Amino acid sequence: MSLDTQLDLWEVFIQSKSGLPYIHAGSVHASDNKMALQNARDIYTRRGEGTSIWVMPSKYIVASNPDDNDMLFDPSNDKVYRHPTFYVMPEGAKNI
Amino acid sequence: MTKQEAIYKYALRLGDDALILGHRLSELCSRGPILEEDLALTNISLDLIGRTQALFIYAASIEGKGKTEDDLAYRRSENNYGNHLITEQPNGDFAHTIARQLFISSFEYLFYSELEKSKDETLSAIAKKTNKEIKYHMQHASDWTIRLGDGTNESHKRMQNAINDLWMFTGELFEMDEIDAQLLPEGISVDLIPLKTNWNNYIKTVLTEATLKVPEDGYMQTGSRKGIHTENLGHILSEMQYLQRAYPDAKW
Repeated sequence: MSLDTQLDLWEVFIQSKSGLPYIHAGSVHASDNKMALQNARDIYTRRGEGTSIWVMPSKYIVASNPDDNDMLFDPSNDKVYRHPTFYVMPEGAKNI
Repeated sequence: MTKQEAIYKYALRLGDDALILGHRLSELCSRGPILEEDLALTNISLDLIGRTQALFIYAASIEGKGKTEDDLAYRRSENNYGNHLITEQPNGDFAHTIARQLFISSFEYLFYSELEKSKDETLSAIAKKTNKEIKYHMQHASDWTIRLGDGTNESHKRMQNAINDLWMFTGELFEMDEIDAQLLPEGISVDLIPLKTNWNNYIKTVLTEATLKVPEDGYMQTGSRKGIHTENLGHILSEMQYLQRAYPDAKW
């Protein structure tokens, strides 16, 4: 195993205000939970971007394999009826 | 000394503490041990410069001679600065930076919690705003102290050395001079004596968790509130004030 001087990698998710989804903001290096949260705070919320932060070790992310893209994502390309464009949106509905 | 003069000097030296420590931390910009820590330290530096600005604007308004916060920051000589000696000590290795942050931020947390109750409304408002930032500075420094102290043999040794080296600058934080004493009955200044026990307890808790030894109280350096500094301040000012000295009234 090579010696990594940059500590473990963590993924950072920021919620800009209460009720909205947490959105992936980027990643940070840290050696433990507390440091990950503090580093995320220092790097991604300095300009008032968020009111809540999630961090998780990057190693726990399970990612799809780009080789499987044809199988996973192409079938949805021609199914336009799955988009909610055939409905009239009720007034006042936000974040849809 | 009139009450106005005393408040001016009181606000000015609190600003000096923040200015000099803020400048010290700004020296670490692009030199942090890792990118994340680089940003953390410069964030703290910016918090301190912001606090400086608030205090200097207030000091200048009380002095009433039409000066700006920049005049106060850049146009005084060394013996007119009242910052604590610990704020001007070099960054050293990372352990020294952290030990300095630990000692100062934990003192400031106690200090500004009291200053929030000041009868001077401006000082009280500045204290309320700045104390949220200080709480984070204290958490940051405490966590690192524990991590390094309870880390490897090397980090433990370095952290203990840093604690020992800077200990002699901590006594001064609790000294009361005539300005503190004059403003105390008015309910404006903070009584520093009672803070010492709480500060000692906090430091002891952190150092114990970090498996570090609390140094014995020995000789304590003092003099900053009278304008007597270590050789470090002159070097800081020569760099910090260079532009104003070389190009007075330069605008950009």
